[in-house]
Amino acid sequence: MNDHIPVFPLARLHGRYPLTTRIVGRLLLSLVLLVASSLLIFGGIEALPGDFATTYLGQAATPQAVANIRAELGLDAPAYARYLDWVAGLLHGDFGHSWASGQDIGAQLGSRLSNSLLLAGAAAIIAVPLSIGLGLIAVLYRDRLIDRLINLFSLAAVSLPEFFVAYLLILWLVVKNPVAAFPATVYASMGLGAKLVTIALPVATLVLVVIAHMMRMTRAAIINVMDSAYMETAALKGLSRWRAILRHATPNALAPIINVVALNLAYLIVGVVVVEVVFVYPGMGQYMVDAVTVRDLPVVQACGLVFAAIYILLNMTADILSVLANPRLRHPR
Amino acid sequence: MDKPLETDKRPLLQVRDLRIGATAYPPGEPPRKIEIVKGVSFDLERGKVLGLIGESGAGKSTIGLAALAYGRGGVKITGGRVLLDGEDILGLGRRGIRGVRGTRVCYVSQSAAASFNPAHRLMDQVIEATLRHGLATADEARARAVRLFGLLGLPEPETFGNRFPHQVSGGQLQRAMTAMALCPEPELIVFDEPTTALDVTTQIDVLAAIKSAIEQTGTAALYITHDLAVVAQVADDIMVLRHGETVEHADTRKIIENPDEDYTRDLVNVRAVRHTEAAEQSDRFFEMAGINAAYGPTPVLHDVSLHVPRGQTLAIVGESGSGKSTLARVATGLLAPNTGDVRFDGETLPPQLKHRTREQLRRMQMIYQMADTAMNPRQTVGQIIGRPLRFYEGLRGAGQRRRVGELLDQIEMGQGFIDRYPAELSGGQKQRVAIARALAAKPDLIICDEPTSALDPLVADGILKLLTGLQRERGLSYIFITHDIAIVRAIADSVAVMHRGRLVRFGPKSGALSPPFDAYTDLLLKSVPEMRLGWLEEVLSTRQIESADN
Amino acid sequence: MKQTLRSIPVSAWIGMAGITVAVICALFAPWLAPYGENQIVGDPWAPSSAEYLLGLDNLGRDLLSRLIYGARTTLFVAFVSTVLAFSLGSFLSFAAAAMRGPVDVGLSRINDLLMSIPTLIFALIVLSALPQNMTVLILVMAVLDATRVFRLGRALALDLSTMDFVEAARLRGEGTLWIIFREILPNALTPLLAEFGLRLAFAVLFISTLSFLGLGIQPPTADWGGMVKDNKDGIIFGVSAALVPGAAIAVLTVSINLVVDWLLKRTSSLKGGRGDG
Repeated sequence: MNDHIPVFPLARLHGRYPLTTRIVGRLLLSLVLLVASSLLIFGGIEALPGDFATTYLGQAATPQAVANIRAELGLDAPAYARYLDWVAGLLHGDFGHSWASGQDIGAQLGSRLSNSLLLAGAAAIIAVPLSIGLGLIAVLYRDRLIDRLINLFSLAAVSLPEFFVAYLLILWLVVKNPVAAFPATVYASMGLGAKLVTIALPVATLVLVVIAHMMRMTRAAIINVMDSAYMETAALKGLSRWRAILRHATPNALAPIINVVALNLAYLIVGVVVVEVVFVYPGMGQYMVDAVTVRDLPVVQACGLVFAAIYILLNMTADILSVLANPRLRHPR
Repeated sequence: MDKPLETDKRPLLQVRDLRIGATAYPPGEPPRKIEIVKGVSFDLERGKVLGLIGESGAGKSTIGLAALAYGRGGVKITGGRVLLDGEDILGLGRRGIRGVRGTRVCYVSQSAAASFNPAHRLMDQVIEATLRHGLATADEARARAVRLFGLLGLPEPETFGNRFPHQVSGGQLQRAMTAMALCPEPELIVFDEPTTALDVTTQIDVLAAIKSAIEQTGTAALYITHDLAVVAQVADDIMVLRHGETVEHADTRKIIENPDEDYTRDLVNVRAVRHTEAAEQSDRFFEMAGINAAYGPTPVLHDVSLHVPRGQTLAIVGESGSGKSTLARVATGLLAPNTGDVRFDGETLPPQLKHRTREQLRRMQMIYQMADTAMNPRQTVGQIIGRPLRFYEGLRGAGQRRRVGELLDQIEMGQGFIDRYPAELSGGQKQRVAIARALAAKPDLIICDEPTSALDPLVADGILKLLTGLQRERGLSYIFITHDIAIVRAIADSVAVMHRGRLVRFGPKSGALSPPFDAYTDLLLKSVPEMRLGWLEEVLSTRQIESADN
Repeated sequence: MKQTLRSIPVSAWIGMAGITVAVICALFAPWLAPYGENQIVGDPWAPSSAEYLLGLDNLGRDLLSRLIYGARTTLFVAFVSTVLAFSLGSFLSFAAAAMRGPVDVGLSRINDLLMSIPTLIFALIVLSALPQNMTVLILVMAVLDATRVFRLGRALALDLSTMDFVEAARLRGEGTLWIIFREILPNALTPLLAEFGLRLAFAVLFISTLSFLGLGIQPPTADWGGMVKDNKDGIIFGVSAALVPGAAIAVLTVSINLVVDWLLKRTSSLKGGRGDG
């Protein structure tokens, strides 16, 4: 971070409190990224060619109508003023109003975000332990049949588009053997249990898609640790395999595995977009795709920013946790 | 701690017709089985130390690990027996072998830095085997470890164990690993090149610590190394290995003073190259004056001034971190000094590489320590040597090929190698090609950055002979960077000793390497193992052991 | 040569076969397809028969013909965007690695920023403002993919430029271009080729996903993702027409990944070794 500029007092501080400075630095970086991405999302749309009022009115755009609509949407103010307005609103939880429906975006986002988080959360709770377990098994039976099978399966699963997996599951579990629900429509009034039953298929799809990646990366991370010299030391001390793995491999594999998990959770956030569309699930992803289709820019911007924020947050968590898991930083010289 | 020596007649370790194999994966070819150890047998009595010595590929580490019934990587023990106290440990099975490893036989590796788990404190790791095998209570084990830390000369033995591996130096880690091996009070310890990765002044301390620990605990040891002078200080017997077979096995005195085999004699007489220094050294053909240099805010070189006369060799000697390689970077222009001048044949060179003329670059060439990484793996030997010919002289086509052939002859390899890739060459051959590439530019000065330290002693000797021969023929000047005093004695006209970025000594070899010494040069010279018995005791009696690495 | 061919594992052969079939379909679509791209030949979702091997789609067009034409669109968009992404990403990354200093810092920070928003989300935001045609799609995908190539390329170039043989070339006085093209590039080629495969597979998935969401290739042009969208409503009636293009996408990406897997293994086993790639 600060190795380009010789800031000596900062370097000294970093030498004495490597852990704290690194974490504070990472927090600041995330904040900068968040602000920058809000600028990018707002300014990117601003800079792109095409006038929204014209697009919005389509063929029926008379100059008068365009001017009216621009005034109505506040597009006649300069860009920086609108950006500041937008950000000020965001800080109060005010995401503005949809152009298409006129509804308050904040209210919509609230319920849709919680629906999406339910979906992604349920998928994560199943996928994380499953893929770490499978990764561990693949390592324990390294280069044997079971490892190769897991590898082959995961290579295939990485290559499958989400919607293909989803429709396969629908054909199999809804049409041929009606055991699961489709479409996965949930209402606010439904209980958690009923919701979970309804979203079984989308969750299964997400799990299948994300598990392969996570497992492959977990396997690589653990193998990296297992091949290290201190694991040989453990074996030459006559420790049992399990003792060696629990005591010597785990603390060192933790950081990379945490990283893998966070990365894939971030991937899950994107995965929900397609899965929600397939299953007509009222979440953030579908909200955004619908908004893009009708060019409802305030909604697109709001959704984009929320997705970006979650993504940045997850990556930051991953980095901070792996810093915390590093003994060299926890116990400086 | 002091175990009474058992008077049982049966040797502690009996190895019989040991055969070890592995699968090799040569690039672009189908994998094939190779035999690393081809029927080796020996005995080791209780409390004795056997040195296993040989060049890389001799199979010495593989044999050492076989004493723990362990095969590293894809290595498999394919035949023979390893009897520990009469019991064949190769047939023990997974659970049975755990009763041997870490209790009766322990292991000390070359790289303690990698062998300690970064996540745990040293104490927990040192006493782990003792505790897991139920050999002592936690308090007893801890007390034992503290005693061992003291015995091995580690600082603050009481609290040393509370540190994490990354908080102590390399020499201390190597001693801590020895403590870890001694803690369960094993009958046998396998030392696998325990001092090879250390600087020479650190090596002597660790060596002394290991030797006294072995003597005081009465454990037996297999001591594996490629350095005969080192093993001569600690071993009772020495077994010389080559290509997985025993060359000679005798007591240390016989091996050192009166070996039977030619190969052993070569190993003993290594560094037979002798170069008498030039009398006249006032010529300032290449000169560095008042050099101060830094990496970013970190100063590395402090006011270094030295020179090399035409046709002579300046050896720059120092340990890791002494700044000797940085000096080479300043000379070549890779690192511009903050102050000071580099002068070559009367003209002052621009400090930065990009401002130097092609002619200036041509006259100064460089040879690297790792020939592996110094050559583009995607180019043939012909392309590698041909490029400078093309670049500096515009030589191409048949003319270029002919010159490359001549150069290959000069480095004693022959023209058959012209279309080979570096991966197909041995370490020594690669270094020769690197020399040919430097020669192709027809330089006046070659900077050699530890060109032999990655090579086996006999191969290294060949390279040194080649370099001195070329110097005589062509009047080349060398700046030879090394950490090895023996090489300095062998080839240098003048010597510069570097320590922590400063030049502590500079002058003709005879003067620089004779008393009166400054403190550091004295320490350095006394730390170089000599090929004779009793050297270690002699040195230790004349100097107080201080933890030089702290 | 013979030996090299024999050392290629079966899985890589299968992968290459899959890619070849797709490429042949794409190149010779008008001659291979039994019917026209948008020719209505029968009833919607008619089952497969001797005439229509894979059956008909939601409008009564021949599924096999559309699949073959779809290969053309999907592969074309994926390939062109990947090539663009590679040119852009590797050029900028090598330039950043070669020039260091402010250029490197600036480019790297911009890259970090672009990567801080998930690719799909980024594409959705951009497509909400831009017209949805093929040129825009290709450019958007190329820019987004270039960020990943940039990161890899920069790491590779920095890694290689610290090698002694690159330093030796600099000491000889070689120019930057020679160093990049003669010393660094030949050694970066295999990992870059593997990355190209990964990116290509990703581009196929990505354009298909966008089309499936209705934001990619617009009808009536046939493309695999769009065909899934067209036929998805048939699933609940047990019509598997949507699965056929889905399977085609899967087969193609699996094939590419099989080849990439082999390339990556080859790179790691070649460390410091030779290689004719």
